[in-house]
Amino acid sequence: MRAFRYRRPADVDEAVALLDADPEAAYLAGGTNLVDLMKLGVQRPDLLVDVTRLPLDTVETLPDGSLRVGATVRNSDLAAHPVVRRNYPVLARALLAAASGQVRNMATTGGNLLQRTRCVYFQDTGKACNKREPGTGCAARHGQNRDLAILGWSEQCVATHPSDLAVALAALDAVVEVAEVGGTREVPLVELYRSPGEHPEQETTLPRGALVTAVRIPPLPAAGRSAYLKVRDRASFAFAVGAVAAVLDLDAGVVRDVRLAYGAVAHRPWRALRAEAELRGRPFTPELAGRAADVELEAAVPLAHNAFKVPLVRAITVRALTEPAEAAA
Amino acid sequence: MRNGSGSAPTVGDEYSSRVAVTVNGTRRELTLDNRTTLLDALREHLGLIGAKKGCDHGQCGSCTVLLEGRRVKSCLILAVTLDACDVTTVEGLAGPDGLSPLQEAFVAHDAFQCGYCTPGQICSARGVLDEAARGWPSAVTDDLTGPVRLTDAEIRERMSGNLCRCAAYPHIVAAVRETAGTP
Repeated sequence: MRAFRYRRPADVDEAVALLDADPEAAYLAGGTNLVDLMKLGVQRPDLLVDVTRLPLDTVETLPDGSLRVGATVRNSDLAAHPVVRRNYPVLARALLAAASGQVRNMATTGGNLLQRTRCVYFQDTGKACNKREPGTGCAARHGQNRDLAILGWSEQCVATHPSDLAVALAALDAVVEVAEVGGTREVPLVELYRSPGEHPEQETTLPRGALVTAVRIPPLPAAGRSAYLKVRDRASFAFAVGAVAAVLDLDAGVVRDVRLAYGAVAHRPWRALRAEAELRGRPFTPELAGRAADVELEAAVPLAHNAFKVPLVRAITVRALTEPAEAAA
Repeated sequence: MRNGSGSAPTVGDEYSSRVAVTVNGTRRELTLDNRTTLLDALREHLGLIGAKKGCDHGQCGSCTVLLEGRRVKSCLILAVTLDACDVTTVEGLAGPDGLSPLQEAFVAHDAFQCGYCTPGQICSARGVLDEAARGWPSAVTDDLTGPVRLTDAEIRERMSGNLCRCAAYPHIVAAVRETAGTP
């Protein structure tokens, strides 16, 4: 591992200034991904700015009913929060389906959103990877790509985003609060991420040095009936092969509102807007859910080893929507 | 840029730091290369070799210890981040009167074979018992807002961050089940 300096800033302004002053600096939160990548030689910061002791570790309900989650709230604490368990089961389920108990105790909200892909070629410095080293090629494109993208990929990168939390937050229309030099900004979570295109090394729309300070989840009464379904290669402690977050609001059996997002299929959490449009205003049936998934997945272009993901995502879409529909009936 | 981790850190070196951390109730002061993980600090600098280095990538759980009373993977935590923190390792679980009930249950149920993963299993199980006592749900809990009962399915899910290549899992589950509700 490359040697690095270590700083623990007193406040957000100092943290942002430290990053801004050093192009090779990185923020350190839970470390569950970054420390591993440093051991692998994939990330080689010369300065770590430890943000875990900044006062960003609270969950609060705002006057408008939104839930504001501080960036350093640990995944386990968020999953156990009474409001999350009661009002946003899709969020609690996504968190609890991720990693292991130990990792959830360490990993933070902000760090989870900005974790890097688990594409094995990205994590292996002996392999070509445009994300890790722009211009070197993509060994995954014609390599072992069973776990990788079916939607929105490019010839330069077929990696997927690994977060479960981000998929639930995409379905919930969450907004990310960000601090940067000279001010703050707010970014809808789905616009935080980029498609790989020509520049897979650029993963977010944030400027360098920006610090996620909180995530805001708008009030969504229908989210009380929501589901997160994750398919993985073993029963627990594994990344998704496919995942879906679903919020369904029925009025006398008719879809009044619906939110759908997919995980492990693209470079970003995939909000399924076409499927939502197909569902809205129609009497809910499992057959309708399947047709909606088909509409969304028309855009899918499987790689050599992952065509199975298309019917898999279709199947879990039906299941994830039928579950809250039956609970409402 | 410097490479390698063999050189001894010196005070004032910007790549190393002084850290005061309480380990098993005793305050310890160390000067460490910033790259030192908590696991290596325990094993290489404090002589506490209970926590094991298995994968060193957060995947096997054999390095599990308790940080501020919560189970964590010590191979992915940089020791430099822990100034003024409290760490408990497997060596700190036993009381003055001997092994804790959890440790006794591991012995009674023969919950290990080679024993390499055992310190991590026990520290993780301690965390599981405390999390269940706080009412934290898991991925297999049906009612997210209801009480938590440590069924075998719950124990298996909650212990999934600890691998045992001897496959002592049924006995580990039995030891944890028997210990639920004990300190």
